[in-house]
Amino acid sequence: MNAEAINFVRRDMLAQEPPPGLQKGLGAWMKKNMFATPKDSVLTIIAFLILVWMVPPAVKWLFIDASWTGGGRGVCATVAQGGSQPEGWSGGCWAFVGAKFDQFLFGRYPVEERWRPILVGALFIALLIPMLMPKVPHKIINAILLFIALPIFAFVLLLGGVFGLVPVETPLWGGLMVTLILSFVGIAVSLPFGIVLALGRRSQMPVIRMICTIFIEIVRGIPLITVLFMASVMLPLFLPQGMTVDKFLRALIGVSFFASAYMAEVIRGGLQAIPKGQAEGADSLGLSYWHKMNLIILPQALKLVIPGIVNTFIGLFKDTSLVSIIGMFDLLGIVRLNFSDSNWASPVTPISGLIFAGFTFWIFCFGMSRYSGFMERLLDKGHKR
Amino acid sequence: MTKMILAALAGAAVMAIGTQAASGATLDDVKAKGFVQCGVNSGLAGFSAPDASGNWSGLDVDYCKAVAAAVFGDATKVKFTPTSAKDRFPALQSGEVDVLTRNTTWTLNRDTALGFNFRAVNYYDGQGFMVRKGLEVKSALELSGAAVCVQSGTTTELNLADYFKANNLQYNPVVFEKLEEVNAAYDAGRCDVYTTDQSGLYSLRLTLAAPDDHIILPEIISKEPLGPAVRQGDDQWFDIVTWAHYAMINAEDFGITSANVEEMKKSPNPDIQRFLGVEADTKIGTDLGLTNDWAVNIIKAVGNYGESFDRNVGPSSPLKIERGLNALWSKGGIQYAPPVR
Repeated sequence: MNAEAINFVRRDMLAQEPPPGLQKGLGAWMKKNMFATPKDSVLTIIAFLILVWMVPPAVKWLFIDASWTGGGRGVCATVAQGGSQPEGWSGGCWAFVGAKFDQFLFGRYPVEERWRPILVGALFIALLIPMLMPKVPHKIINAILLFIALPIFAFVLLLGGVFGLVPVETPLWGGLMVTLILSFVGIAVSLPFGIVLALGRRSQMPVIRMICTIFIEIVRGIPLITVLFMASVMLPLFLPQGMTVDKFLRALIGVSFFASAYMAEVIRGGLQAIPKGQAEGADSLGLSYWHKMNLIILPQALKLVIPGIVNTFIGLFKDTSLVSIIGMFDLLGIVRLNFSDSNWASPVTPISGLIFAGFTFWIFCFGMSRYSGFMERLLDKGHKR
Repeated sequence: MTKMILAALAGAAVMAIGTQAASGATLDDVKAKGFVQCGVNSGLAGFSAPDASGNWSGLDVDYCKAVAAAVFGDATKVKFTPTSAKDRFPALQSGEVDVLTRNTTWTLNRDTALGFNFRAVNYYDGQGFMVRKGLEVKSALELSGAAVCVQSGTTTELNLADYFKANNLQYNPVVFEKLEEVNAAYDAGRCDVYTTDQSGLYSLRLTLAAPDDHIILPEIISKEPLGPAVRQGDDQWFDIVTWAHYAMINAEDFGITSANVEEMKKSPNPDIQRFLGVEADTKIGTDLGLTNDWAVNIIKAVGNYGESFDRNVGPSSPLKIERGLNALWSKGGIQYAPPVR
């Protein structure tokens, strides 16, 4: 090759041309994503019309017409209903939510003792956030504090009766506090127990395998609501008079059992997906059973079933509402209980309360869902697509 | 169906164990544990509902406090167990609650087979119908073929069936477990007719979108004497619970209120002196197993019956229910208490 023979060699890059007008900007994006084909166009228009039909009235009801302040049903009822709003009015009754907000958080926990759940909540957040951030060191200390020290501390502090603390019995607990305690304990118990049960069900040892299988199948086969109801209504009949098992404890045990059984099956799904060669490889290295599981099998299996695990967590979080049938008031229960307060009885009170409860549940569930997505991306080294 | 079987099973178990659980002096148990455990409704406006700070309040709640005041001289020594229509009876039978003050209708079956005792009636109710004005129905007899919203597990449900059967009318029951679900279903038009106790119709009207579009039909199809229930086999406790109510009625009769009870102690009227336990050598409380000032304690804690009614369901409450049958016998009602002597 002789460079002299070439008449022209461009030695620097051409400046980039802007894309043609039709390929950029909002118009092009809409053309590509919304009106690419006639079918797309029709669907886009229908979706747009549905939004126009739904969103403005919803915004109007939720925000513009809503009643934000006030001290009684009057602000949420029309004149004909005995209130102060104009005829035909309908809007969110956020004044109700505001007036009852403390109750929604703490139930009937005594007002002067509410610093206790607040302190527990603050500690919980302070320990949970570093636990959730992969880069923060000292995970083991953090986990011990969060899953062992904090529950013991919270139990003593919330229940009281020692160190000069006024005892606060569990029937007074309620609201979001109960929902969070139930689901935190359920989650913290179900993951390790679920792993143990799943391993047990795949064990070579017949007795262990049978025990785990029977536990899982029995617990999974009974509706939680039946167990709670039986524990609440029938149990006192069989126990000697005066002897009762705390309702909250019954609920805690019930919820934890159920979550463990479901969790075991989710994790077993992950274990089944690991090729046999992995275990054989570990065996050929001379690893013990627990080393094999801890170092080779479980990290892969758990990563695979993160969506399933979080699915169970979210289901568990929402299932805690079932405790309202045994006379405990979780967030949903206390919201519904307050519908019967005649000082706030109005046509829009129930729906406002339920929207609030639904929104609160959604925030927590959505948070769990987003975090699981983050973990999946973080851990997804081999299967990235 | 499963629900019925469950309820039947629970009932059978209750009966099997009922007699055993009923023995033992409730008063001693209550004194030993230091509080009265009451079964209340898990949310019925005016009877037991949470107030602004989350404490239970209502007519039934006041009753429970009155019992605590009589026993301990302190109306705060109470604990409430919220119960649903179905699990209220097992709760009482099993001893989980000492007294059931949960707008429970006194019926022969409950008084006998279920093993309870009723005597005092703290609210005389009756079942009524509410319909939309648009239906142009003037009487319950024109309701043939109607869809009727009703709460399950209540005498309301049974009365409804009886009434339509007795009058050869067809109807379509739309059954819900929770009162608030029945309310929502009726307001949404799921059914043409709403039936429940009249006190319930009043609280329902507060939550309807257009209260003026609904009328309450003139027929009252049932007697619903609502009162506290206790287990059979403990007459002393039964007497205390019963006389807690009679004390409130008598207090209203005498014109004794929570405000003037201390002054009334100085009243020269021997009836009032006896009632308030200031008469010399009185055994008015010790006969019940209580202190002689038990009536004073009740009145100080919750007031007389009229005060409690007014505060919870009457003119001072949003419900604004008339006294009606619940007025004193001397004022055209049927609330009547035996003399304290």
